[in-house]
Amino acid sequence: MTAILEVDKLTRRFGGLVAVNNISFDVKQGEILSVIGPNGAGKSTLFKLISSFLSTSAGEVRFKGEKVSDLSPHVVARKGIVRTFQETTIFRSMTTRENIIIAHHLRSKASMAGYFWGSAQARRDEATFAKSADEIIQFLDMQGIADELASNLPQGNLRALGIAIGLATDPEILLLDEPFAGMNHDETMQMVDLVRSVQRERGVTVMLVEHDMPAVMKISDRIVVINFGEKIAEGTPAEIRSNDKVIEAYLGSEDDAIGI
Amino acid sequence: MNIKKPLLVIVLLLVVLVLVPWLIHVSGRWDFYYTLTSVALLSIASAGVWLTFYIGRINIGQGAYTLIGGYASAILVTKLGMNFWLTLPLAGLICALISIVIGLPILRLRGVYFAMVTLVLTEVARLTALALPITNGAKGIVNIPMPTELSFFGITIIPDFGTLENPKLAFYIASVIMMVLCYAALYRIVNSRLGHLCRSLQQNEELSASIGVNTAYLRVLAYSISSFMGGIAGASFVSISQSVYPSSFQVVDSVNFMLNCFLGGLGFVLGPMLGTLVLYFGWDLLFTLGKYQLLIYSSMLILLMVWLPNGLLSLKLFNRGAKKK
Repeated sequence: MTAILEVDKLTRRFGGLVAVNNISFDVKQGEILSVIGPNGAGKSTLFKLISSFLSTSAGEVRFKGEKVSDLSPHVVARKGIVRTFQETTIFRSMTTRENIIIAHHLRSKASMAGYFWGSAQARRDEATFAKSADEIIQFLDMQGIADELASNLPQGNLRALGIAIGLATDPEILLLDEPFAGMNHDETMQMVDLVRSVQRERGVTVMLVEHDMPAVMKISDRIVVINFGEKIAEGTPAEIRSNDKVIEAYLGSEDDAIGI
Repeated sequence: MNIKKPLLVIVLLLVVLVLVPWLIHVSGRWDFYYTLTSVALLSIASAGVWLTFYIGRINIGQGAYTLIGGYASAILVTKLGMNFWLTLPLAGLICALISIVIGLPILRLRGVYFAMVTLVLTEVARLTALALPITNGAKGIVNIPMPTELSFFGITIIPDFGTLENPKLAFYIASVIMMVLCYAALYRIVNSRLGHLCRSLQQNEELSASIGVNTAYLRVLAYSISSFMGGIAGASFVSISQSVYPSSFQVVDSVNFMLNCFLGGLGFVLGPMLGTLVLYFGWDLLFTLGKYQLLIYSSMLILLMVWLPNGLLSLKLFNRGAKKK
């Protein structure tokens, strides 16, 4: 498998604090890679750097060999690296379907003036988006809530909607920010299956930041562990489980958190 | 639904272009022409403010653009002798250009910070008009000629207002047609993908950016359309009153434009139009109360906002047929 995304000596400082310090790793085409670490380790900062919501202090991120750090978020999204957020980050006063349709914006070909006058291209776009939204709704089994306002949806559905929004952009890499936070065991397992099917059936490379260790161990092909802004380990779930540095980093919090 | 929309526009046009002039003719209340012309123009400026609300920005600076538009038209007409009908779109474009320059930095601000900066804009525009030689300071620009004839290849499209028997009626018709055009454009924006993108901005800018929306561009686009509307409204006002002063549009006007949107309803395209009509006439009708006018007027506004936070158009009365927008 070839590397689709290369994180190369990435560094970000906030004043005197080094939130991300010289981190390098590769993401391989079609894998699920999790980034874990204790609170404040710099996971979210890392995600923001990759999606260009933050600018780097040093180092760079390459997508298929091309530099993608320090651009605008929407430019990075257009290249195929799409970040989803925690559950509160959806368009709350739109229905599920409207959320998914609007998220197709990346694929639109018509111009702004084209939308205004209702050009042939704009109408073609809308028809394509509506059809694709229906497919996504079907794929994620959301038919029952398709016309429900997002603000009325329960947590589990919101999380699925977040992923639906991500899928609508037709990404090559999907960055999931804590997709299992606040879920019970059953919901988590459903979500794990969902993310797995996104990867297998749609060929999307998935990168996720997560606290829920059992879920991470179950879902990941590989794991990157960071602590105090530095990468301390990288490997398969089995390798991570037996890594001394990882155990040390998590020691004192909860030993069983990493499933030892 | 497809038959209803054009029908609605036709009914609206019939009411404002036939019924209202007929009523005025019968009742002999010629002063209503001026009042209704004002309402039409103010509602154009308010429509602009409404559009900035639609991208999630509280705009209390529309007065600046109405003033700039007014001066732009007045200067072009008096100094360069241009035809008013040509200066009208030019005034709008000048405002749009200025708003792009101003909007690029300030549209990064959100919430109350953006609101405060726009509030200051109106005052800055007034002080600039006082200071610049071309705007003639506090004396303003007076004796601006009436709109002259507009013709293409010898065919008169708009007659010379100065020679008309009833220029008030002419101004009324011109303003109302402009209002209908602006609201049609606004309706089209809101109900196309553009509007959906604006709503996505209003609800969550970060998510909007991550699904590939160029948020900075869209914000500036919406703001410049908004300012364009402010500019043409201002230019028309100046042409009617045939004069413009630094105090022609003040902070109070900016606040009123915003209130019109609130009162009519931020979720409805026709909200600012209704809001302007109600606020303008409400103020006039309370005139008989003398010194209590402002007290009662503002108390009623507060009550209305508490009772109907989503505006007058959220009343059941208006919503029966139109549940899905």
